Amino acid sequence: MMREHSKLYLVLACLSSVLLSSAFSGGAAPVIPPLNSYYFDVLIGLGINVILAVSLNLVNGYTGQFSLGHAGFMAVGAYTSAWLTLSYGYALGAGALSTTTTFVLALLGGGIGAALAGFAVGVPSLRLRGDYLAIVTLGFNEIIKGVIQNAEPLGAQRGLGGMVQHTTFFWTFACAALTIYVVVNLVNSTYGRGFLAVRDDEIAAEAMGINTTKYKVIAFVLGAFFAGVAGGLYAHFKQFIHPEGFNFMRSFDIVVMVILGGMGSTVGVCIAAALLTILPELLRFVARIEALPDWLQRVAENRMILYSLLLIVLMLTRPQGLFGARAAVTRKA
Amino acid sequence: MIEFLQQLINGLGQGSIYALIALGYTMVFGVLRFINFAHGDVYMLGAFAGFYLGPKLLRLFGEGPSYAGALVVLLVAMLLCAAIGILIEWFCYRPLRDRPRLTVLITAIGVSLFLENGGQFVFGADPKSFPEIIADRAIEIPEAWGSISGLTITISQLLVVGVTLTLLLVLSHIVLRTKMGMAMRALSFNPVAAQLMGININVVIAFTFGLGSALAGAAGILTSIQQPSIDPLMGVNAGLKAFVAAVLGGIGNLPGAALGGVLIGVIEALVVGYVSPTYRDAIVFAVLILILIFKPTGLLGASEREKV
Repeated sequence: MMREHSKLYLVLACLSSVLLSSAFSGGAAPVIPPLNSYYFDVLIGLGINVILAVSLNLVNGYTGQFSLGHAGFMAVGAYTSAWLTLSYGYALGAGALSTTTTFVLALLGGGIGAALAGFAVGVPSLRLRGDYLAIVTLGFNEIIKGVIQNAEPLGAQRGLGGMVQHTTFFWTFACAALTIYVVVNLVNSTYGRGFLAVRDDEIAAEAMGINTTKYKVIAFVLGAFFAGVAGGLYAHFKQFIHPEGFNFMRSFDIVVMVILGGMGSTVGVCIAAALLTILPELLRFVARIEALPDWLQRVAENRMILYSLLLIVLMLTRPQGLFGARAAVTRKA
Repeated sequence: MIEFLQQLINGLGQGSIYALIALGYTMVFGVLRFINFAHGDVYMLGAFAGFYLGPKLLRLFGEGPSYAGALVVLLVAMLLCAAIGILIEWFCYRPLRDRPRLTVLITAIGVSLFLENGGQFVFGADPKSFPEIIADRAIEIPEAWGSISGLTITISQLLVVGVTLTLLLVLSHIVLRTKMGMAMRALSFNPVAAQLMGININVVIAFTFGLGSALAGAAGILTSIQQPSIDPLMGVNAGLKAFVAAVLGGIGNLPGAALGGVLIGVIEALVVGYVSPTYRDAIVFAVLILILIFKPTGLLGASEREKV
């Protein structure tokens, strides 16, 4: 039953990615499709947000370790992959490897860099629980940002630019599909039982002989890996990255997606990521409607007011999120 | 040597601010066992209360800045912040009292984001210049004082440290010598037993929020006297650093929060003075991580056993 489920996700995700990529571009060629570049922007952003939210859900939702530093790992991935393509990409591209191969290797490198950072962060901080873990991961996010701000080879405060736009529909949605596939299969495997056990009752899980630290670190490292891949996609889409783009406000954005979708529900989180990517764009249109009173237009421009109210109301009335299972959050941590 | 002492003085001024905010974190943690993420934003609201009401209140005391007027501004901001703190607890945290801690944590993040973005909406996102409520000037220590001559201390630094010390004395009186303080300590020791002894925990929790928020409001005014540029996001960093201060001192421990605040202020000043201002934020979080790894109970905190 469970396995059928995961296959279904994979098929759906692959289908949509192939359809989208073939409809708008023409395979893996790094060209901007003949589509309004505004929609292109929004859809790529949507794909990247799905990767971020689904990977964070592995940590926050399935394993129950509330992390507030996902943007930090995204930053590590973005800078690593950008640095790889900038310093080696052209040399390799001119030689034996095609540009596509270099891009994939750079994405992989970004993911691995972020995973290493995730390991370095996870081992010391995952001994903490709840509020402490949240703040320590937030602190690591700020430390990563601080290190980048002081690193001259990475552009420091000026940001890093000059990357070629390699990211296409195909790569974005293929990565999103891969993320969903890995997370869903992992959660339905023996490891997944371990994650859920750690979330539901850490002490009982430990008493049952589960190495809780190991499971937490695995979830954390994998989550960081995919955040790094998302960062790589982002860097080769925007072609310019800046440390302030990966501050903790960005982490909050991802957390809101996970909470709205329902912690521990991959489908819910995907839908929430899509909703919260499109919502600000819709609000932009609302803000332009002249007939609305002035203050309403200004509220529509400031999406974070709505997000924060959404969080509070959601927690007061439906803490399991839109699609989450009730049992997942009613247990005391 | 002189430069080192100068950095210490600067750090002490900033550290007093952190100490006042950290006390609010620690008190709320003491009674409810959760971290009130929105606490830093109450501090921001305190500064804005001073910004809007300060000039009006000062006019009651004649032309120009005056100490009596500044005191009234401080007290009004404290009262307003206390009311805001109680309202936040009433609307957002009280309905969640028996829910999992994660739910409460997320709500607190929501409240914090709401105050920050609501603040940007209402006050405008651009930095504002805080009105001059006291006449600030620098005092240079004269030659005659020998080895410490050449140091400069500003009036505002003296005031900040003085007011902080006064507030700490008042707070310790409330916590140690009054009935309400005793109830707070009982609640943080054992909530169930406290309830059985006839303590109305709703009143005590609301009082704790009010007290902590009043201190944050005072910190908001005091920081604006030192650095008169305020904006709706000023509470984010200050709140995080004050939280680190609370953990450094041992969360739940009042003298610890004060000590931690001063230490964080001094560490920050030394890093800015001797290393690089860009590491200012990163170093504070590095302190947090080190303390959580090597001494999670903090400098003065006692360890708590988890019962299964």
